[in-house]
Amino acid sequence: MDAPAEDSMQSSKSTRQHKNGNGSGNADKTLHLSANNINGTPKFQPIFTPVPKNLTRDQLLALMFNLKKIRIFEETISRMSRQGKIIGGVYLGRGQEAIGVGTTFDLRNDDVVSPIHRDMGVFLLKGMPMRNLMCQILGRKSGPSKGKDSWSHTGDMRYNILASSSMLGSSVPIACGASLATRMRGLDSVTVTYFGEGSTARGDIHEAMNMAAIYKLPVLFICENNQWAYSTPPDREIGGGKVAKRASAYGMEGLSLDANDILLVYEKVREAIYRARQGDGPTFIECVTYRMMGHSEHDQAAYMDKDQTAAWERRDPIGRFRQYLEENHQFTDSEEKRMTERIEAEIADARKFAESQPFPEGPEALEGVYVP
Amino acid sequence: MSQKTLIEAIREGLRDEMGRDDTVFILGEDVGAYGGAFKVTDGLYGQFGDERVRDTPISESAIVGYAIGAALMGMRPVAEMQFMDFISCGFDQIVNQAATMAYRYGGDTGVPMVIRGPSGGGISGGLFHSQTPEAWFTHTPGLKVVCPSTPYDAKGLIRSSIRDNNPVIFFEHKYLYRSIKGEVPEEEYVIPLGKADIKLEGDDLTIVTYGWMVHQSIAAAQQLEKEDGLSVEVIDLRTLSPLDRDTIFESVKKTNRALLVQEDKFTGGIMSDVSAQITESIFEHLDAPVMRVTAPDTPTPYAPPLEKFYLPNQEKIVAAARKLAAY
Repeated sequence: MDAPAEDSMQSSKSTRQHKNGNGSGNADKTLHLSANNINGTPKFQPIFTPVPKNLTRDQLLALMFNLKKIRIFEETISRMSRQGKIIGGVYLGRGQEAIGVGTTFDLRNDDVVSPIHRDMGVFLLKGMPMRNLMCQILGRKSGPSKGKDSWSHTGDMRYNILASSSMLGSSVPIACGASLATRMRGLDSVTVTYFGEGSTARGDIHEAMNMAAIYKLPVLFICENNQWAYSTPPDREIGGGKVAKRASAYGMEGLSLDANDILLVYEKVREAIYRARQGDGPTFIECVTYRMMGHSEHDQAAYMDKDQTAAWERRDPIGRFRQYLEENHQFTDSEEKRMTERIEAEIADARKFAESQPFPEGPEALEGVYVP
Repeated sequence: MSQKTLIEAIREGLRDEMGRDDTVFILGEDVGAYGGAFKVTDGLYGQFGDERVRDTPISESAIVGYAIGAALMGMRPVAEMQFMDFISCGFDQIVNQAATMAYRYGGDTGVPMVIRGPSGGGISGGLFHSQTPEAWFTHTPGLKVVCPSTPYDAKGLIRSSIRDNNPVIFFEHKYLYRSIKGEVPEEEYVIPLGKADIKLEGDDLTIVTYGWMVHQSIAAAQQLEKEDGLSVEVIDLRTLSPLDRDTIFESVKKTNRALLVQEDKFTGGIMSDVSAQITESIFEHLDAPVMRVTAPDTPTPYAPPLEKFYLPNQEKIVAAARKLAAY
């Protein structure tokens, strides 16, 4: 158990309960949490996690690059959505980028991922070309689903990316089956499956975890606890308080960590990957984070407490890591600027490519229901 | 050639496919050392081991989900439902996950998997050990649905189902498991999916059916020939999805009368669609309305008089055929 996440999650929760109860009684606490305007306080909550020994400065910068890549890609998608260029739903993971980056950084090509709707970064970091992903989102024929569905409802087995669906939690047993297959084929691949804290209420996740524990599968169960299942907070989703505690009921390693600390996510995932490859079975990792906006672009999220969201801005994973790199690794503005330019160029290329691609023709709806 | 029961034929098909392709494996409840509730997988555990004949907890959703994931990674899983009634516990994994997977991958990646198990009534199994839920899956694009009536067909069809690159739901009629025997060759053969079989040739009337009702229909046809001088053709669909329209249409064009027989309930069964397709496509060949013999729209009841009332049988088929012939 890593204390920072636990403490602040508790505070956040009690903040919300007070607010529901008697209006303004929580103002002081919120102010204290978001103390970024107090002189002498660092702008972002500091990272105290020691740098994993194996990481060079270049690799630390690569982590930063990947974080920014996801952020800027999603910001572009959000802008395109507001401009009416995207027809379907848009579900962003701003503030959750450290999960996508930290869980994929050490993965090999033969490892398997099963990302969901706020994990578009996982698609990119596991190897799917950004052009393909952009075509998918824009419903173009050259996207991986050929316009059949949008967003994360596709995959590409060339990169071992499993397709997800809107039935959140349903992809978890599928990911476990992929893991079983890798083991039956004599590989030491690991499988990383992602799901929100809300979907842990579904039986599919219980069934999948129970079987994974029995078979001792090399699976990482990444529970992205962003504290909102659409409009429902964890105290109305999760019986028993901490979802990570459930791991022990399966005899599985389970931990809960501050998922807005990229170094911590990276380090704990690295340990879990090591255990899985060694044959020591699955790990459940509750990644405590916060959903910084509504459920989707069309959700105004009046139910969210603005003060609390503002407080979490101080824990922004990119802001924190940038501050850390500046203080410890002489990370400069010009280095960051170069990263941004490189990312923006890739995104511009992907967007231009996708927008130039045709939609599928109507009758192509009949194709692809079955494979030959 | 030797005489085999339906259960032996399916087991042989499984064994042969596991022998020729090491990506084929079985998972399900009690399928391992115990050999399955009906002993379909009996002996396979000893031959292929616990990795390839894998016991699972009672988790239909995970059984199907694991099969999907394994199929995506190049395996050919065969998932057993202890009873096909329990398949609804894995419904999301079948209709939302397995069935849409190829579409989600733009038709480039399939899930080669079979979900098989015992279905059907006639053994006083009651509400939850007697169902015929084929129509839930014939309604779902992306799935194939198979229901053999003879040991010969069962072995050939299970082999084709395992080799198919799409999810196949394979219904085995539990009343037929040990009550019938048939010729099953030792040498390798397959029966293609999507091909119906004319089990009895005739000129006056076509019965379209599948599963247990094939046997009831053949008995009815023999009775009708003897007592009424009627020549009845019996078509066994064998595969319900995709449907073999050509064989059905060809027969009805010849006999001009179609009687559709299903053990499934009246509303929304596969024969509702067969009826609509005949009427839409070859209406001018009909001398009488398409008629159906089905179970009523109730759950499958337990007590023998109730179940006898519920199930279609030779007697009900004969009565309907006489009405149709006289129309």
